[in-house]
Amino acid sequence: MDTNKNSYTIIYATIMVVIVAAVLAFASTALKGKQERNVAVEKQLNLLTSVNLAEDAAHAADKNSYVEKEYAKYIKTSFILNYKGEKIDGDAFGVNLKEQYDLMKKIDAASQSDGKVSEQKINGMKAQLRLPVFVCITNDGKTADIFSCYGTGLWGPIWGYLSIADDFNTIKGAVFDDEGETPGLGGEIAERSFQMQFAGKEIFKGDAFTSITLKKGGATQANIKHEVDAISGGTMTSRGLNKAIKQWLEYYLPYIKAKKDANSSNLSK
Amino acid sequence: MDKKIYKNPIFVSNPITVLVLGICSALAVTVKMGPALVMALSVTVVTGFSNFIVSMIRKTIPNRIRIIVQLVVVAMFVILIDQILKAFAYDISKQLSVYIGLIITNCIIMGRIEAFGLGHKPIPSLIDGLANGFGYGIILVVVAFFRELLGSGTLFGVQIIPLSWYVKNGGFYENNGLFILPPMALILLGVIVWVQRSIQKELQEKK
Repeated sequence: MDTNKNSYTIIYATIMVVIVAAVLAFASTALKGKQERNVAVEKQLNLLTSVNLAEDAAHAADKNSYVEKEYAKYIKTSFILNYKGEKIDGDAFGVNLKEQYDLMKKIDAASQSDGKVSEQKINGMKAQLRLPVFVCITNDGKTADIFSCYGTGLWGPIWGYLSIADDFNTIKGAVFDDEGETPGLGGEIAERSFQMQFAGKEIFKGDAFTSITLKKGGATQANIKHEVDAISGGTMTSRGLNKAIKQWLEYYLPYIKAKKDANSSNLSK
Repeated sequence: MDKKIYKNPIFVSNPITVLVLGICSALAVTVKMGPALVMALSVTVVTGFSNFIVSMIRKTIPNRIRIIVQLVVVAMFVILIDQILKAFAYDISKQLSVYIGLIITNCIIMGRIEAFGLGHKPIPSLIDGLANGFGYGIILVVVAFFRELLGSGTLFGVQIIPLSWYVKNGGFYENNGLFILPPMALILLGVIVWVQRSIQKELQEKK
């Protein structure tokens, strides 16, 4: 047979592509369930780690079932907030943080356009924001709210979860992850030893919101409650993380403030 | 069967140290032993089986779309491996990230198909592919061994260098951060090439 004929080449290519497509489609369908579970479990584990729970996950015989069990035990409520701090309908676990981050970038660009984009339009964009909150009930019966953040490091996206204790001021724990930060430098944000610094820090100084800042050379004495030691050799990643935490907490602020005020008025009664 | 098929690629004509192919991934995934080992296995499987399949259909392939057919076969195996890792070894698949997908562009695979698979019977092709993948893998693992041990003080994530040696615990030792960065992998590769050339004199250029 003449394998150089046009018709032969076209038929050959067609059959080959159909066979390969069938094989890949089959593999994708067969493995999809397992892959989705892995992704969900990773998120659950991150959420739990941000409250310093599920520390044994790395040693658990069946990591997936262990994480799912712990998650069901500790995190029972979750909801979505809009930028005014009001609860809206939807599944908090399914919120795509990247989409929210892209929207935030658009809002930033619009609000810096010196009035070219009307206030109304900016508010319309803000109204589309969906901010997930997870409520964890720890072993001592207290609640901790877990807030998300997402931003850009040096090489790609970075994201994480901050848990704040029921005084809505003190950080209980934090977890961060990245896609491609340099291992050993910016990639250190994904290390527990870095994340543990956040525990006990406060996001308010008196009544003013301060966020948590990564500070070169370590926290200064004046702001010891609001700063953590930045990563040496990871300046861009540290800056990106600073921005991500601040930006997201500012959007969460109406909710956090309302909760904090309710708390302090309860105390004064 | 000729023993050279599986003996040569491991040392005498090792794809990395002699042919200098597949360097990019050798620099990228050798920070830790675990990912390096999985990468080595993945490349071995892909080179072996794509060589085997291409060799089986070598007489039917239209010459004009030869490279495309080879690419499709390689890409199919790479995507399959990527999917399987995502389902069964999610943590490692995350660490390897894009490098699994980039196996498609690994010169060793296309090189072996062009140089061997297209002209030989399926079984020798399979063995040639596996041996070349193994030759690639062994260098990866050696580089990863030094990078993880000296850069992080661990092997497969297990602490090897006693914690009490570290400066922060009052000792004298500090991990060498340079080993974590890609340039050190290149330097290590250079050292391996140097060692090999001093053993295997015929590789040295004549003046």
